[in-house]
Amino acid sequence: MTINTEWETVIGLEIHTQLSTKTKIFSGASTTYGAEPNTQACIISLGMPGVLPVLNEDAVRKAVIFGMAIEAEIAAHSVFARKNYFYPDLPKGYQISQFELPIVGKGFLDIEVDGEIKRIGVTRAHLEEDAGKSLHENFHGATGIDLNRAGTPLLEIVSEPDMRSAKEAVAYMRKLHELVRYLGICDGNMQEGSFRCDANVSVRPKGQEEFGTRAEIKNINSFKFVEKAINHEVERQIELIENGGRVVQETRLYDSVKDETRSMRSKEEANDYRYFPDPDLLPVFVSEELKAEIKAALPELPEAKKLRFKTDYKLNDESATILTSSRDLADYFESVVKISGCESAICANWITGELSAALNRADLEIATSPINAERFAGLVARIADDTISGKIGKQVFEFLWDGSESADEIIEKQGLKQITDTGAIEAIIDTILAANEKQAEQYRGGNEKMFGFFVGQVMKAMQGKGNPAEINKILKAKLA
Amino acid sequence: MLSVIEVKEIAHLARLGIEDENVSAYADDLNGILMLMAQMSELNTDGVKAMAHPMDQVQRLRLDNVTENNQRDYFQTIAPQTEDGLYLVPKVIE
Repeated sequence: MTINTEWETVIGLEIHTQLSTKTKIFSGASTTYGAEPNTQACIISLGMPGVLPVLNEDAVRKAVIFGMAIEAEIAAHSVFARKNYFYPDLPKGYQISQFELPIVGKGFLDIEVDGEIKRIGVTRAHLEEDAGKSLHENFHGATGIDLNRAGTPLLEIVSEPDMRSAKEAVAYMRKLHELVRYLGICDGNMQEGSFRCDANVSVRPKGQEEFGTRAEIKNINSFKFVEKAINHEVERQIELIENGGRVVQETRLYDSVKDETRSMRSKEEANDYRYFPDPDLLPVFVSEELKAEIKAALPELPEAKKLRFKTDYKLNDESATILTSSRDLADYFESVVKISGCESAICANWITGELSAALNRADLEIATSPINAERFAGLVARIADDTISGKIGKQVFEFLWDGSESADEIIEKQGLKQITDTGAIEAIIDTILAANEKQAEQYRGGNEKMFGFFVGQVMKAMQGKGNPAEINKILKAKLA
Repeated sequence: MLSVIEVKEIAHLARLGIEDENVSAYADDLNGILMLMAQMSELNTDGVKAMAHPMDQVQRLRLDNVTENNQRDYFQTIAPQTEDGLYLVPKVIE
């Protein structure tokens, strides 16, 4: 089914990023992922009576870093509020969040879709605590509660309803994902729930100014599902309206197995959170000094880095985009260029080619690459100075990947050094020409394809170690 | 003005059990508070800065260091039911 062109989709995203602090937002309990249930749930995480929250400085700092990166206003005073609802994984009966006065105000993020840049507004970003986890399986009719996650600091980033397609929504989400990892404020691990997305989706007839009624799709935990969930929801709403129905404001859950969304809460009263300022917490003050300090320490942002890579390293747009897609990858590239002293183009080619492919196959990130920048630089340097050919380079790469030796050690040990000695190459070529007179005649008779045959034979005889340029030159002369 | 039905809904949201015979008395009390609010909002507050907290101070921050140890066994001594380190509660279905 195709989406009817008379309709326009309007999407806003709420993204919860888990801030990568060592401890929780309001207590000194650890936030390490994967601990035994409830071993990181202190009395504050458990919501015991009489305990008081004390705000984590690093959570505030990371929120400010984000605000600066999207050029948002940072509130000098922001206020924590209680969002009240009852659920067993929220033992206090309220979540501490920010409501009227969030720490980060209006900012923006530029996304690129089909070669066009579009500015997406960020309405706000606020600090809040995460809830615990409910496990519904295997407890003989009971629900198991793990409060390790309760109190983990989150920065909820709310966008303006500026996106007009699922594709734009995914581009925005990817951009934000890249940014928070760049800034080092969130590890971006979607499987572990460090980066979660809720989408507000509505449709309206094209040209209509006022928004349609929106549905909120909850907890979509992959880029692929965001696109599918939104497209599905858009189709559902259009079909509903075209059949004379009406979209109701509700929360829907995306089922990735059935590829559909379904209503989650029927009682709308459940959405009355009765926010009020939390009397346990004073207003959060962000001083001009702190802002200046954070601004000075802000890392180079993806856009600026990409531009610099294009000018300083003379990279094309594609390479610059790939190499700046994560800070780790960009740092790796810069180290390889520096250590190898080679031209940036050859470094970029080998990183975006051989290395990226191998990392993909092994499902690894650059940070966990078995070949560090130093060893990789050693390989690139030997290719650049013609010690080995590109083809042999791929073999050396395999050894680097599987072992711990340097490229030079591998080349020496495996005897992979390229033969540039013209005398040695000539001798081999003579033998091959003598053994293949018929083919030589064919070539001389005009069958130019035969040249490739000879290059192949020579390379084979030299076990790939012959310098290709040298072989070509000598072969041409001998076959003339 | 809050109706009797709204008072019942608010009580339900806060999970407060109130007796039917007391509902109208609660409605009167709450409406009294709301009327006071309405009266206050008629005052001219131009140029008066909003008060974020009665204490004229800002939030103190703590360093991001782990200070809490695992005390699960101790905390779970008062839990009615636990299993595999989890607190068990009546089944919740979303």
